[in-house]
Amino acid sequence: MSRVFLMLDKIIHYILLFGISIGVLMLSLLLVTVVTDGWGRLSLGFLTNPPSANPDKAGIAPAFWGSVWVVGLAALISLPLGIATALYLTEFSRHERLNKIIYFNITNLAGVPSVVYGLVGLSFLTYTLGLGRSVIAGAITLAFLILPVIIVASIEAIKAVPELHKLGAYALGANKLQVIARVILPQSLPGALTGGILAVSRALGEAAPLLVISGLLFTRKTPAGLLDQFTVLPLQIFNWVSRPQTAFRELSAAAIIVLLILLLLMNMSAVILRNRLQRRVVE
Amino acid sequence: MTSKIEEIDTYYNIGYVITTLDLSVKYGGRYAIKDININIPRNSITAIIGPSGSGKTTFLRCLNRMNDLISKAKVEGRVLFNGKNIYDPDVDPYQIRARIGMVFQKPNPFPKSIFENVAFGLRINGVKNREEIERRVKHALTQAALWDEVKDRLNHNAYELSGGQQQRLCIARALAVEPEVLLMDEPAASLDPIATARIEELMIRLKERYTIIIVTHNMQQAARVADYTAVMMPDEDGVGKLVEFGTTREIFTNPKSKKTEDYVRGRIG
Repeated sequence: MSRVFLMLDKIIHYILLFGISIGVLMLSLLLVTVVTDGWGRLSLGFLTNPPSANPDKAGIAPAFWGSVWVVGLAALISLPLGIATALYLTEFSRHERLNKIIYFNITNLAGVPSVVYGLVGLSFLTYTLGLGRSVIAGAITLAFLILPVIIVASIEAIKAVPELHKLGAYALGANKLQVIARVILPQSLPGALTGGILAVSRALGEAAPLLVISGLLFTRKTPAGLLDQFTVLPLQIFNWVSRPQTAFRELSAAAIIVLLILLLLMNMSAVILRNRLQRRVVE
Repeated sequence: MTSKIEEIDTYYNIGYVITTLDLSVKYGGRYAIKDININIPRNSITAIIGPSGSGKTTFLRCLNRMNDLISKAKVEGRVLFNGKNIYDPDVDPYQIRARIGMVFQKPNPFPKSIFENVAFGLRINGVKNREEIERRVKHALTQAALWDEVKDRLNHNAYELSGGQQQRLCIARALAVEPEVLLMDEPAASLDPIATARIEELMIRLKERYTIIIVTHNMQQAARVADYTAVMMPDEDGVGKLVEFGTTREIFTNPKSKKTEDYVRGRIG
C-alpha cells in the first residue's frame, strides 16, 4: 500500500512539473518570437512618430498617448469609486441581504465579456449622453469594466483588518470616520491598490470594448483633450498585424514589446507601492 | 421614575461612579442579560465573575456603549455614569468611550510604533500640541509600568513587544486619554503567570486614580485584586443574571446565595 503511495508521490511531481513547463514554454516562445520580430524596429522615433504608410517612418505616438489618457483616466475614476463602494458595503450598509445581492451581482459583473461593456458604453455614453467616440467615453467604459475587480479586491482587503483593531479605536473614543481614516484605510489600502493596479493593467491590454467605442484603427493625431478621438496600443497592434506586409508585422511586434514593458512597469509599481505602504503603516 | 436631580443626589454623591438600573440586553429578541442592578464604588476594583455564557462581557460592554457597534444588540434600562444616563439621546457615545476606557481580552495594539499606539487616543480626541502629546504618552507609559522597558525604542513596532508588554501598552493607550473608569475584559486570559502578576500589581496601583471593573474567569484573580465582586450566572432559560454582589471577602467567605457558594467552591461552572 505505502509503496503505491510513494510511487504516486513521484509521478505527481512529474505531472505537475510537466504542467508548469508547458506554461513557461508557451510564454517564452511568445516572448522570443515577439522580441526577435520587433526588436529591430524599436527606436525613439517609433515612440514619437505617428503611424504612416511608410513602415520605416511609422510610430505609435497617438496610440501610446491614447492608451495613457484612457487608462489613466479609467484608473482615476475607478479606484476611488471602487474603494468607496467597498467601504460602504463593509462598514456602512446594515442590510445584510441587500449586501449579499449586491456582492453577488458585482462578482457576476466581473465575468461579463468586455465587449458587452463596449456596447453599453457606445449606446449610453457615445449616443445617449452625446460624448461621442471620445477619450472620456472610452475611459468611463474601461472604468466600469474594471470596477468589479477593484471592489472585490478592496472588500477582501477591508475585511482582513482585524475586528479588534477597530474595537480598540472605538474604545478610545474614535468616531466612525476616524476609525476608517486611521485604522481601516491604512491597513487595507495596500491590498486594495495592489488589486486596483492589476485591474488597471488588464484595462491597458483591452482591445474589444475600445474597438467598439473608438472605431478608430488609424489616426495620426495624438489626443489633447477629453472629447478628442483616440486610438490605443492594442488597436494599433491589431491594425498592423492584419496587414500582409512583413514590415508591418514587425511594427506590431515592436508595439507589443512596448505594451509588455508598460504592463511589467505597472505590475512592478503595484508591488513597490504595496511594500512602501505596508512599511509606512508600521512606522 | 425619579427625576434627574434626585438621581444625582442618590447616586453621585454617595461615591458610586456607575449605577445600572434594570439593565437588560437583547440579541435579536432574546435576552442575554436581564435586570442587572449594581452600584460600582469609585476608586475600587470590582470583579465580575461567573461561568461562560453568564453575560459578563455583554454587561461590561454596556458600560461604555460598545454594544452599540453590534447592530443586533438592544439595550434596555439605564446606566448612570456620575448620575447621568449614558443611554439618554443627548449623550455622545464617542465621548463616553473616551471617559470610560476599555482593555480587551487579547492584546490589540495597532500596527504602529509604541509611541503612536499611546498617542492614538490623544490625536483622536483632538490633542495637537506635540509637547503635550509627548508628555502624556510618557506619563501613560509610566503609569502602566512600561516606560523603563520601552523608553529607548518608542519608534519600534508595537508587535516587537511580548504579549504581557503589549497588554500593558494597551492599558497605557487607554490611560493616555485620562478616563475615569477602566473596563477590563479578562485582560490576563492570554498571558503567562508572571505577566498576569504584573498586570494585577498594576491594577492595584491604578485604583488610586481610576475605578476598575474587570471581567474574569479566574476566581483566584478576583480574590487577589478585587475589593468588590459581582457573581453572574445564567438562569434556566440561559439569561444572564446578577446573583450576588458584595465585598470580595463576603462573596468568598460568607456568600448569601447557595449558587454563589457552589460556584466559588468550584462545585458548578
